[in-house]
Formats: sequence, C-alpha cells, structure tokens
Amino acid sequence: MANALLRGSFISLGLAGALLALAVQAAGNNFVVTGSQAANEKSCVEPTDFMRRNHMEVIKHQRDETVHGGIRSTKHSLAGCIACHGAKGPTGDLLPVNDEKQFCGACHDFAAVRLNCFDCHATVPTARPAAQPNRDSGRSSGSGLPAPGTKLPPGHSQPALR
Amino acid sequence: MNNPSEEIDQGRRGFLGAAAGVATMTLAPGVLLHTIASAQPRSERVTDAVRYGMLIDTTRCAEGCSACVSACNQENGLDLQRMPAGMDPEKWDRQEARWIRKVKLEDKLTGRITNLPMLCQHCEHPPCVDVCPTAASFKRADGIVMVDRHLCIGCRYCMMACPYKARSFIHAEVEEKLTLAPRGKGCVESCNLCVHRRDNGEDSTACADACAAQGHHAIIFGDLKNPESTLSKALAAMPSRQIRENLALNTGVRYSGV
Repeated sequence: MANALLRGSFISLGLAGALLALAVQAAGNNFVVTGSQAANEKSCVEPTDFMRRNHMEVIKHQRDETVHGGIRSTKHSLAGCIACHGAKGPTGDLLPVNDEKQFCGACHDFAAVRLNCFDCHATVPTARPAAQPNRDSGRSSGSGLPAPGTKLPPGHSQPALR
Repeated sequence: MNNPSEEIDQGRRGFLGAAAGVATMTLAPGVLLHTIASAQPRSERVTDAVRYGMLIDTTRCAEGCSACVSACNQENGLDLQRMPAGMDPEKWDRQEARWIRKVKLEDKLTGRITNLPMLCQHCEHPPCVDVCPTAASFKRADGIVMVDRHLCIGCRYCMMACPYKARSFIHAEVEEKLTLAPRGKGCVESCNLCVHRRDNGEDSTACADACAAQGHHAIIFGDLKNPESTLSKALAAMPSRQIRENLALNTGVRYSGV
C-alpha cells in the first residue's frame, strides 16, 4: 500500500516535472515563425502577453462587427493574423498558418486546442483577380486584407489586391 | 395642488436631458465620420440610410451569355470548389454552390423567350431570416441578406423557405478559399451583393461589372433609397416587377421585361 502510494507520488512528481519543463520551454520560445512579417515587428497589435491569452476574444468581437456591421478597418482581424504570421517555405510558397510547425498550428497543437477557424477561413492570404483592372487604380488594400506577395489559387490569374 | 403644467415641465426636462445625452454621444462618432471620408474600408456600422438593390433588364440579358455567373464565381471563390472524388457528376451538379444561375423562361402560348439571372432577391421581409433557428440568416441594416456562418448550424431551413432557390449548402470540406469569401462544410451561403465591395467603398458588383463589360448593361446595381441613384432613376423610368410579388416580400432585386 505504502509502496503503491510512493510510486504514485513519484509518477505525479515526474509528470509535474515534465509539464513544467515543457511549459518553461514554451514560455522561453518565441513562437513567431521566422520569415513571417511578424518576425520583423516589435510586438503584435496588442502586447504579446495579452495576445497569448486573449487573441480569440478580440477576434470573436471583431467578427461580429465585421459580419453584421460591415466594419473592415478593425485593429484585430483573423485575416490580419494570417497576413502577418504566415511564413514562406523554401520554394517561396506561403505556408498555411495552421500547419503543424506554423504559427497557429504549432501552438494549438502544443495546447491541445482544436481550432476550427480554418474549416472556413483561408490559411494563406489569397487575393481575388481584378475583373475590371481600371476599377482598381488608386485602391489600396485596407487592414485585414491580403498583404503584398499573396498566393493566388489555381485558376486565378493577374494578382491585383483590393 | 397637482398642477398639470408641472408634469409637462417634467416631461420637457426629461426630453432635454435625453437630447443633451444624444448630443454628447454623437460627438465621438463625429470623429469617425471624418475618417470615413478618406479611408476606404468601412469604420462605422452600416445603417439603414441605404438599401442596396438591383434592376435586371431581361430584354438586355443575352441567351447563352453567362458572364455574370462566371464573374460571381471568380469574385467569391466559387470556382475553387472541387467535386469530391468518386462523386456522381450529376449529383455534384445539383450540390455545387451557386450564387447566380441563368434561367430561361418560355411562354408556352406565345413562344416568347426570356433570359434572366436569378440570385438572392434581398427581400425586405426575408423568409430565410424568419425560419432561421440560430439567427445566422440575417438582414444587414443596408438591406443585404446574408448568413453569419459563425452561427449557421446547417439545418437548411432557409433553403426550404427561400422561394427563389437562391441558397446553397456546402456539403464537403473546401480546400481552397479566398480570404474575403470564407467557405466551409456544413454552412449555407448565398449572394451577398459583393458585401466586401460595399464595405470597401466600391460602387458595383462583380455581376453588374461583367454584364457591362459584355456590352449588355442588363444589371443596374445601386441604392434603392437614394432617388438620385442610377438604379432609382431606372426604376422610375421603366416598368419593373418583383418575382413572386404575391408573397409581399418587397424584394431588393427587380426585373423588367418579364
């Protein structure tokens, strides 16, 4: 009985130690992916600590403002996350942010959180082609819209960002 | 002792207090109003000061032309849909999401043929909104009827309620999508009058642009509430109808020549 208790406490101690080691590793790591726009920024749209805990809250409020209110100039947006945190692969292709080793995927995998943003949302910034090129002159892409150098899906030629 | 004039004074006081409150509240949006004129993406909530709509002149809609459909497909990433492996192509033809479809009508008595694009009619009283159990189907303040796919549970009541067969259900996972047009398995979607264009201050829709580029000019898009808009002037000038006007839905999309 006492042996079992002792063994049990050793196991829990060991587990706690392993968790602590992982947590320290996680806290020490900067999860911003090399090669992404975010790697060159001093901080995210909010302080990093705040974003680590509350990123889902701020985009949850923003999505209602955008879908129902039509506000597209918000400071927080999922499209903004993807445009800034997406990295390029060795061939120059944009890597999906939810890939195992990419910004969203790596952390959610570590935290064992299944996220379903990307069931619907694009994982790389994608642009639509210009139906009427003359209509695009002088238009700049607003915040939350694809950043320059966005990947174009097959079948879409003439990248012209709006 | 109870002087009625005093009560009236009380009322006035309350009104004046409220008016002062409103005046101070509008000061903050005033700052935003200034920025909206210069910045392209919208920074204030949409209001019901506008109601977007369309007039489709079916006499100008050419048989065999599907420029509006392809433009819509490309604009909203519908052309990125892929038939799931092993699926019956006929079934895929029925299931593939479409926001506009070309319809050809023939009067059996006279033989007269009418072509028209059929899309979400953006009703003032949308049946799809009435039946939605989660309020995912909603009408935006500016009259655009759309689906908040964060709330959609995929029950498809709205598809049953729509008299125009305007809505599509996404049956399978979608690999590729555009940033501006999220799309995923289990949600319903339909024409949103190119809502991203509305919010970025552009003045037309993909279908109307494509139709004009073909030289047909069958689709006029605009603001139904502005008497000076091209749309309002065209509606005042030519006879037009709402399809299924007997349902009294007050559609935002009107047709002439039908």
